[in-house]
Amino acid sequence: MKGWFFVRRYSFSETVAALAIVAGIVLSGSGDAEAAVDYNRDIRPILSDACFKCHGPDKNTREADLRLDTFAGAIADLGDYAAVVPGKPDESELLERLHSTDRKEVMPPPKTGRQLTDAEKALLRQWIKEGAKYDRHWSLVKVKKPKASGMKDAWIKNAIDAFILRRLKEERVSPSREADRVTLIRRLSFDLTGLPPTPAEVKAFVSDRSPKAYENIVARLLKSKHFGERLAQYWLDVVRFADSNGYHSDEARSVGPFRDYVIDAFNNNKRYDVFIREQLAGDLMKNAGVEQRVASGFNMLLQTTNEGGAQEKEYLAKYVADRVRNTSTIFLGLTMGCCECHDHKYDPFTAKDFYSMGAFFADIRERGRGNPPTFPVPARDQKERLAGIDKQIAALKVKAKVTTPEIAAAQGNWEVQISQKIKGGLRTDLVWVDDAKVPNGKKEGGWNYITKKQGPVYSGKQSRRQVASDLVQHFVIGARNKLTIGKGDVFFFYVWLDKQNPTQTVMLQINDGSWEHRAYWGADRIPFGRGNGPSHKRMGDLPTAGKWTRLEVKASDIGVRPGAKINGIAFTQYGGLVYWDKAGVNQSGSGLTDELVAILKKEKGKRTAAEASRLAAYYRSQTPRNKAIARQIESLKRQKTRLMKNQPRTLMTVSTKPRMIRVLPRGNWMDNSGAVVTPAIPETLGKLNVKGRATRLDLANWIASKDNPLTARTLVNRLWMLFYGSGLSSRLDDLGAQGDSPSHPELLDWLASEFVESGWNIKHIITIMVTSATYRQSSMANSILTERDPMNRLFARQGRWRLDAEMVRDNALAISGLLDRTIGGRSVKPYQPAGYWRHMNFPKRRWNADSGGNLYRRGLYTWWQRMFLHPSLAAFDAPSREESCVQRTRSNTPQQALALLNDPTYVEAARVFAVRIMDEGGKTFESKLNWAYLAATSRAASRAEVALLKPLYRLHRSQYKVDPAAAKALLAVGQKPAPAGIDAAELAAWTSVARVVLNLHETITRR
Amino acid sequence: MDELIRQQVKRRTFLTRATGLGLGGIALNTLLTPEVLGAAQKKPWPGQLKKLHYKPRAKRVIFLTMAGGASHLETYDYKPKLAAMNGKPMPTSFTKGQPIAQLQGQKLKCLGPQHPFKRYGKSGQMISTILPHVGSIADEISIIRSMHTEAINHDPAHTFMNTGTTISGRPAMGSWLLYGLGADAMDLPGFVVLTSTGGGQDQPIAARQWHSGFLPSRYQGVHFESQGDAVHYVGRPGGVNLSRQRDVVEAIKKLNRMHGEAVNDPEIVTRIAQYELAFRMQTSVPELMDLSKEPKKILEMYGTKGADGSFASNCLAARRLAERGVRFIQLYHRGWDHHGGVKRGIAGTAKRVDQGVAALIKDLKQRGMLDETLVVWAGEFGRTPMAQGSGRDHHIKGFSIWMAGGGIKGGTNYGATDELGYNAVEKRVSVHDLHATMLYLLGIDHSQFTYKFQGLDSRLSGVETKPIILKDLMV
Repeated sequence: MKGWFFVRRYSFSETVAALAIVAGIVLSGSGDAEAAVDYNRDIRPILSDACFKCHGPDKNTREADLRLDTFAGAIADLGDYAAVVPGKPDESELLERLHSTDRKEVMPPPKTGRQLTDAEKALLRQWIKEGAKYDRHWSLVKVKKPKASGMKDAWIKNAIDAFILRRLKEERVSPSREADRVTLIRRLSFDLTGLPPTPAEVKAFVSDRSPKAYENIVARLLKSKHFGERLAQYWLDVVRFADSNGYHSDEARSVGPFRDYVIDAFNNNKRYDVFIREQLAGDLMKNAGVEQRVASGFNMLLQTTNEGGAQEKEYLAKYVADRVRNTSTIFLGLTMGCCECHDHKYDPFTAKDFYSMGAFFADIRERGRGNPPTFPVPARDQKERLAGIDKQIAALKVKAKVTTPEIAAAQGNWEVQISQKIKGGLRTDLVWVDDAKVPNGKKEGGWNYITKKQGPVYSGKQSRRQVASDLVQHFVIGARNKLTIGKGDVFFFYVWLDKQNPTQTVMLQINDGSWEHRAYWGADRIPFGRGNGPSHKRMGDLPTAGKWTRLEVKASDIGVRPGAKINGIAFTQYGGLVYWDKAGVNQSGSGLTDELVAILKKEKGKRTAAEASRLAAYYRSQTPRNKAIARQIESLKRQKTRLMKNQPRTLMTVSTKPRMIRVLPRGNWMDNSGAVVTPAIPETLGKLNVKGRATRLDLANWIASKDNPLTARTLVNRLWMLFYGSGLSSRLDDLGAQGDSPSHPELLDWLASEFVESGWNIKHIITIMVTSATYRQSSMANSILTERDPMNRLFARQGRWRLDAEMVRDNALAISGLLDRTIGGRSVKPYQPAGYWRHMNFPKRRWNADSGGNLYRRGLYTWWQRMFLHPSLAAFDAPSREESCVQRTRSNTPQQALALLNDPTYVEAARVFAVRIMDEGGKTFESKLNWAYLAATSRAASRAEVALLKPLYRLHRSQYKVDPAAAKALLAVGQKPAPAGIDAAELAAWTSVARVVLNLHETITRR
Repeated sequence: MDELIRQQVKRRTFLTRATGLGLGGIALNTLLTPEVLGAAQKKPWPGQLKKLHYKPRAKRVIFLTMAGGASHLETYDYKPKLAAMNGKPMPTSFTKGQPIAQLQGQKLKCLGPQHPFKRYGKSGQMISTILPHVGSIADEISIIRSMHTEAINHDPAHTFMNTGTTISGRPAMGSWLLYGLGADAMDLPGFVVLTSTGGGQDQPIAARQWHSGFLPSRYQGVHFESQGDAVHYVGRPGGVNLSRQRDVVEAIKKLNRMHGEAVNDPEIVTRIAQYELAFRMQTSVPELMDLSKEPKKILEMYGTKGADGSFASNCLAARRLAERGVRFIQLYHRGWDHHGGVKRGIAGTAKRVDQGVAALIKDLKQRGMLDETLVVWAGEFGRTPMAQGSGRDHHIKGFSIWMAGGGIKGGTNYGATDELGYNAVEKRVSVHDLHATMLYLLGIDHSQFTYKFQGLDSRLSGVETKPIILKDLMV
């Protein structure tokens, strides 16, 4: 029986190849040759691909009233016959039609271009013979943890290996040998951090004799801050994260904090179920904090438009469809997109399911046209910096409260003096202008500060030098801290008149709303004001030159009344050189509050503790120490304000009253005839048990529930792809009927349940994946494997692939030493060809490259412009992120060669790398080249490689020696300057060698 | 090395035979690694269709995208009744319940044709007098006056015209063709895009319009820039002359080859081939874009002085690309979005386009290439018969395009709009019909030209539609 089974295992005919390919598996494997045909594995793929389109779930396109996607449909009485008669292939019309030679009868119809192979027909016959058993599609059946295979083998390191090995044994294939340690640490470093290992790390691992050496490396890398970046790089593709809106004019949006959230989530190993809830419904969670609200930006990552003529209603419909399509791909691995227009043709989802799912998102506040709003949040480093500032302020405040013995003693002296003065009815100077202390208004004229080294200073550290041949002044106007004038107040200021260059007049002007308050000394040379009234009051002769003199004028003499509020003061002279210093108003009283005066009047012993401490606090506040502290606090507070003002903004979901959602017949947004729907999960997957209208949070809870058959399978399948090159089910975006059956269904389920049981622990599941013997295999394919399993569906070897776009960049920067390892923050702009953005409009924009460290940040921070993605990233298959991308294509194109050869990023990396080669690589060409190879490929250069590169180096050195201009031009690529005094020809030649090394296939390959 | 290639060829043969047609029921992206096949063959752009379904009428396409939405009423669709109704209210029977872009909620009045039409050529095609040069090729072109589309805003409308759907992430028609047919270009990409501006507001154009979507990214269109390097990173770094660049590339190739022998990785063979192509492109691209060696007569015919980024110079570049075996050449002229001042505006835009496009047709013809080149002139939609001030709004219910060259019967027209130029009423042509027809002319049955994506056999002509092949306008 089952000839095909036999053939399949021991021979390799075309028929079998065709069968295997059509069935979506390499070598369909149930271990037991006697095992029955399996509906999900063997039959559904055939029916789905060849029949469901016309005989499937979509009732609108169903032909002949026959459906083959259910048992009931298949056996239904169609008159005097049925498509399928269980156990009786010869009575089943289905088989009759498959074998018919009549073009009108044969199925599938010839015009579809789909023909069944003999092997497929044989399988269907066998299936009917065995009873035509239907099973629910595997991915929709709740995950049950299979028992880890009891298989014993020295090769097995963990559960994964048992499943893999069992299948290999069935196929009579041996696993590949373990890769060498250099390969292993490179593989782990790229897979877990996206960065290459340093030569020192490689050396340490290669010589580590500990039995736990490998596990220790895994643990170290999982703790690395770069782990979060590596996983985020993938997740940002999945959730379609970008810095622009996507439609029409593709305007910029600010969403950096969401990326930081994702990086932190992976680094902190946030539970995946929480991660789901926070993104879909963080805003609705109890006690939602900043983190949850930032995460809820997820719902706003879709493409939006701000086009003038955009139809509000059309775009709102687009947004609903986008969220259903992408959310189902992102978390469930389902393709619900088709249901926007019609019932699914292959999976049991209906258009009603689609719009009911859309209704979950109806509460999101948004407009069809316009840029979605963003909200300020503390940036990653701001959070730390703000906390740091608060801490500093708190510490300063504590310090300000300390009364040292010196201060206590000084306070004693002060109390004696001040008490005497209070008794004697004293006056005090209130200083308004001294050194940096200037009323906070608009400063005009020349405030030329000088220090004691440069001339005379009366008070503090500075005075103000004012020199002219005629009228000159400096002043302040519009002060906000106004000076209130009391009865009997006297204005004062200090001047020093220069002997050699005497002035003719000095004048003080006061502004209480008008400047008509002036006093002058010396000749009447300043024409402001009139007569000898308050607006032009002569006070007497000039003071003696060559020394400091205090000049005073009563407020009443220049018409400033008690209660007046002074907002300006001017220092005016006519000719000569004058130094001006401290100025203000001399007031009656001590300058102390009545409360303090009352305390001081009491005898020391009779003061209450509160009074004593009040007085001490006042005194401390007047000490130079506390004044300095107060200034520091002020400056810190200003920093804080500035930081808050520069907070990055990010998209967030804001919930509001849900709008009405209808089924749109054929997706037509103008058609209002469809039924109104309320939020619901696809009917085939059950019903939410909630009272009233279900919310996004209910949806999130359902997705993140351990009973959801899809969520865990979807994620572990994708994680598997990250570490093995392809998923266990190779269609990462579709676990539905048209997807691929998993190569190892039990392994997939085991991983899914282990993941859920561990508390949705991502690092736990990754640890299992990367410590297995399966993972550690060599990626070298021997000819038997290439022939029998070209797509590596058996995992009898590791995968190998070109690094992802961002990693290609990160790798070159890391090797050269240029990489800036700062984590998080806003998106950055590395070099980009000039004019690339000129095709964008509304508004016109230019790409302004960053400078300094931001030129050398990791690729995941590069500004992601959906319409015009950075050409160097795009060349290496980075997606535009218009839609969710769960697996990138991996192409190999001339544009990649051009980018690596000529993009200034890589040329600069090569030339900076060359400097390091010259500095750190030892003396000889051989040692330098070895050093370069170790840095770039983790291994030494071979003799053949040395022999090949040495002539290149020599030739280019001699060429650059005779052409210094060329060397100079090469060394000028990129912003990082070449070290001064370096031999330019030598460096240029090494740059050529470094360019070669950075371009090697090996350098950009993970294997 | 030889062994590697031998193995790949063997594998290819196996896969080709195993999959029958080579296209259709299976997911080619996971089975045939085109890169591997590419390396094993000499051509850098091998096609994935092993056999054409029909005898091809054309080998390549030059698609002239009149971006912004050229008014059919001032170019190819003469409506005397609309002229008579100028300034009068638009009958509501036309507009009730219809989607309208910027005219939403406004009083709708007719705007008569802003330029006279006249008969051109032996065929007597009615063409606007703002396109006299196009008039001179009236007998070469077939005008379709009954186009309609589904999206009313620029971006989705372009996406629909280019990919057959308004959903992002689907392959552009150029990518489809390159994927299926490959290209003969040895030193150039197989799908090239050129853009120019002038004459109206510059609506943005997204790179997604020439994206390969779910097809492997090597089938993406390459946008040639009119400033700086024509292709990104095709220019060598400062201080690296051609010989030093060659030294570097040679060293990379040899070292990769050594490594390849050690690790048996077929990707390396492809990598080597791509470095070779990249190196050739560093010479071939500047050579292609250098129009200075074209005879003066030719430059005058197109109305350009040289490579200045104008539509005329792009037309000349298009001919050169066609000569070099590029499969799909797409020219965008962004300047047809005349919401206001359509009279002056469209005359200005037409002037920038008219001479170049006519010269392209004549030039192809005199070189014997017109028969094998399909030229399409089309905007993403048309414009309303109703006035928007002195201009016209976006319009999707009826507009005009034309085709010429490979397989097309010149001097003909097809379909019609109603008397006011609102609805396409006679022999309506959808974008899917256009795509299916283009594929037919290239020898491809649209229904069998599929690629499995998200469980569906996706196709350019849409999985849901039954497009009409416009055989009436074929020779």
